[in-house]
Amino acid sequence: MSDLYEVSVTVNGTVYQRSVEPRLLLSDFLRHELGLTGTHVGCEHGVCGACTVLFDGEPVRSCLMFAVQANGHQVSTVEGLGTMEELHPLQQAFWEAHAVQCGFCTPGVLMTLLPFLEENPTPSEEEIREAISGNLCRCTGYQHIVDAVLLAAEKMPSQGDC
Amino acid sequence: MAEKYVGQRIKRNEDPRLLTGRALFVDDVELHGMLHAAFLRSDYAHARLVSVDVSAARNRPGVVAVYTAEDLGDLWKPGPLLVPAPHSVENVVFHQRTQVPLAKDKVRYVGEAIAVVFAESRYIAEDALADIWVDYEPLEPVVDMERALDADAPLIHEDLDSNLCAHLAQEKGDYQAAREQADLIVSRRFLVDRGAAGAMENRGVVADWDEKAQHLTVWDTTQAPIPIRNGLAGMLGLSAHQVRVVAPFVGGGFGPKIMMFLSEEVLVPWGSMQFKRPVKWIEDRQENFLATTQERGQVHDAEMALTSDGRILGVRDVFIHDTGAYDPYGMTIPLNTQSHAMGAYDVPNYYTEVKVAFTNKMIVTPVRGAGRPQGIFVAERLLDIAAKELGIDRVGIRRRNLIPPEKFPYNHEIIDQAFAPLVLDSGNYRLALDQAVKRIGYEEFIKDEQPRLRAEGKRVGLGIVVFIETTGIGPYEGARITVETSGKISVATGVGTQGQGHFTSFAQIVADQLGVDVRDVHLVTGDTAEFHWGTGTFASRGAVVAANAIHAAAVAVRAKTLKLASKVLETPEEELELRDGEVRVADIPRQSIGLGELAVLANPLRGAVEPGTEPGLEATDYFGPQYGATANGAQAMIVEVDPETMMIEIKRHVVVEDCGTVLNPLIVEGQVHGGVALGIGNSYYEKLVYDENGQLLNASLADYLIPSATEVPRMEVGHEVTPSPLNPLGSKGAGEAGAIPVPALFAQAIEDALADYDLEVLETPLSPNRLFELLQGKEKAE
Repeated sequence: MSDLYEVSVTVNGTVYQRSVEPRLLLSDFLRHELGLTGTHVGCEHGVCGACTVLFDGEPVRSCLMFAVQANGHQVSTVEGLGTMEELHPLQQAFWEAHAVQCGFCTPGVLMTLLPFLEENPTPSEEEIREAISGNLCRCTGYQHIVDAVLLAAEKMPSQGDC
Repeated sequence: MAEKYVGQRIKRNEDPRLLTGRALFVDDVELHGMLHAAFLRSDYAHARLVSVDVSAARNRPGVVAVYTAEDLGDLWKPGPLLVPAPHSVENVVFHQRTQVPLAKDKVRYVGEAIAVVFAESRYIAEDALADIWVDYEPLEPVVDMERALDADAPLIHEDLDSNLCAHLAQEKGDYQAAREQADLIVSRRFLVDRGAAGAMENRGVVADWDEKAQHLTVWDTTQAPIPIRNGLAGMLGLSAHQVRVVAPFVGGGFGPKIMMFLSEEVLVPWGSMQFKRPVKWIEDRQENFLATTQERGQVHDAEMALTSDGRILGVRDVFIHDTGAYDPYGMTIPLNTQSHAMGAYDVPNYYTEVKVAFTNKMIVTPVRGAGRPQGIFVAERLLDIAAKELGIDRVGIRRRNLIPPEKFPYNHEIIDQAFAPLVLDSGNYRLALDQAVKRIGYEEFIKDEQPRLRAEGKRVGLGIVVFIETTGIGPYEGARITVETSGKISVATGVGTQGQGHFTSFAQIVADQLGVDVRDVHLVTGDTAEFHWGTGTFASRGAVVAANAIHAAAVAVRAKTLKLASKVLETPEEELELRDGEVRVADIPRQSIGLGELAVLANPLRGAVEPGTEPGLEATDYFGPQYGATANGAQAMIVEVDPETMMIEIKRHVVVEDCGTVLNPLIVEGQVHGGVALGIGNSYYEKLVYDENGQLLNASLADYLIPSATEVPRMEVGHEVTPSPLNPLGSKGAGEAGAIPVPALFAQAIEDALADYDLEVLETPLSPNRLFELLQGKEKAE
């Protein structure tokens, strides 16, 4: 049994301190230590993108990182976006455009798109497809996801303008 | 009654939960004191198990138990046969050989479970797998389905005389006589290889045995919770009322998540009863490739007999179907293939014969499409080849042979997967084809665009195919609908849901009947504690069978509501209407009573009740169709092949579907898009590559290519509506239609793009590599 290490990770603005095995994946830490089960795990080898979270603002595969690597860092997960009553504009657009079927890949897709839309607030369809090409979805054929991003881009205030 | 919701593009009730990460999936279930299971899986496709030494694993700290087949006692026996052989066909041969919970004496595929570890954490359970020592005596593996049927092939099930699992021949008319009349016979051999279902969520089971209550709760990524509850109760010696199976949100099903009492689904609940602690098992992606069921492998020797003007006189199809090492799903897939190898055509004479072969590969059960894509591939390819030989336009030859609208119901006479005669209930197949022709711009492309692009050196091609999809088979589904005292409506049904939008489309039906807001209809699916009877979500049957059961129950609740309201409002029922959550006197809207108030009156605490009155505004009803409703459609695409890399770009993709009455077009279009994406994978990217030892070489998402957003094109979806006469809603299933014709479509489009090579595509899936190989040695025609 490995030694335990103290980690302090800020997730969605809340500081969590835990003792973890060094081999504990960040995805398992979020899901099973912190109970933030909105982040899903689809392959554990970094391809499907379901476990994507923001690590200091950048999208990463939480299944390819250890929890100890997140010590002292900021992590954002889908739980930090909108609430059921007040969805984030991107979530709202996903709802309007029927971009969700089983919903398993959805949190990872949303977390991939957040920084993308910040960088590129008015993307073309081709750019959107490129941006989500690291997120596999087996249900939607991607079309309604693309439509949702186009819709969100229309509705979201462009941060570059202020 | 005005239909406010059915047929509308309603956004889904379930989405806010899914979008905010608040929806419960099986791996999200965390229980106090939970153990974790991990399975040791065979490294060999075919080997004798000489010994399995688990002593080191048992001694690892944190390990609670390690079991092999020897430890399972009475639990160790072959699993149930989920679908029996079709008793209504004469001379059917079927050898039932279902999987066991843990292999004993021998292993029959790579990934077959040999031992199970229960430990305090998943990490420890997986560590312990490495402590187990298995002594294998390798046997010659039987990987190829044709080889499997050779007289000298090693036996996979040694108590059988051969590796023949099943044999079934069916005939309509007299094919041999038709053949003698024919002007043209085209015969070809077609190969279809295996693919994965590839749901983004892997399988998983959590079980919690409550010793004091003597009750077992199982959260299972299943498409069919009620049959699983019934089966588990039997295996574990419990009454069905002691077992609750919950299929919460499930991250994609696509067939294999019907779940079929493979090792994990049986041993996890059993383990929970042994240890009186909750147990969780969550499959990882590699296990999903090795130990989740797969589909599609078939070899067809098929021929079509035609007149010189392109009329089909008959089809003959003799094929082998690879069932893998065991056959828990009976003959569903080859029966579907037999039902679809005549395509959407008026075929008067048909001979179909299948031999099902055991092989040393993962078990085969339905994957979205379930034998239908193979059948359509055969029908459409034969017709394409015939059209070429006869010099007839491919759209023209299709129009000539489509079943005409006046011939419905059209009886194909052979027996289908529901063990009933294959009767196509309704349709106007020509409409879908004509719409596809128009949308893709067929004439303009052939006459102008293609020659122009070819002159620029571009290899562009067009494909256009038609298809049917048998859907909505019985036996039945049911639903219970209750008006709550809050005025909101609760609905319970037995089917599970894996993204099909049942929480919305079913709610639309209820909201229309009861005059409430669709968001006030709360639906529970897939929880056996909520509804006792049913089968499950498969065979594109949810919107047909379950939806009509819900419709029937809603009609009954409406009747009860009107009857009571009539009494309370002292107004004849005919003068009442249900709107905005209340019952009103049509001409005097102020004279009304809320549904919630009526629900209270229907369940009084005091006072006498009239004899024969049931309490509450509640009804349970069932629906079982006479036979399945058959959807149809056409798809067209334009592709460009890069002659250097053999990469294919889909420039346009048109889908026209007819699934009868559409409950929610947004949801149907989503189903179509997803189905097409899978079809694209099945055509050009996704192939499970087994080597000669039966090892799967591409058991990861890095090596097995599920199409991403850059491979799947924007699709244009059109609808035709010919309602099914077999159910009150007029619906037909839509779940698999997208995927079914795509391999046939791809093949035709690629041939067209590479017309100068005289290429015949007789196999699927292709890949850039495979296409390159096929073109090697092909003389480029001048």
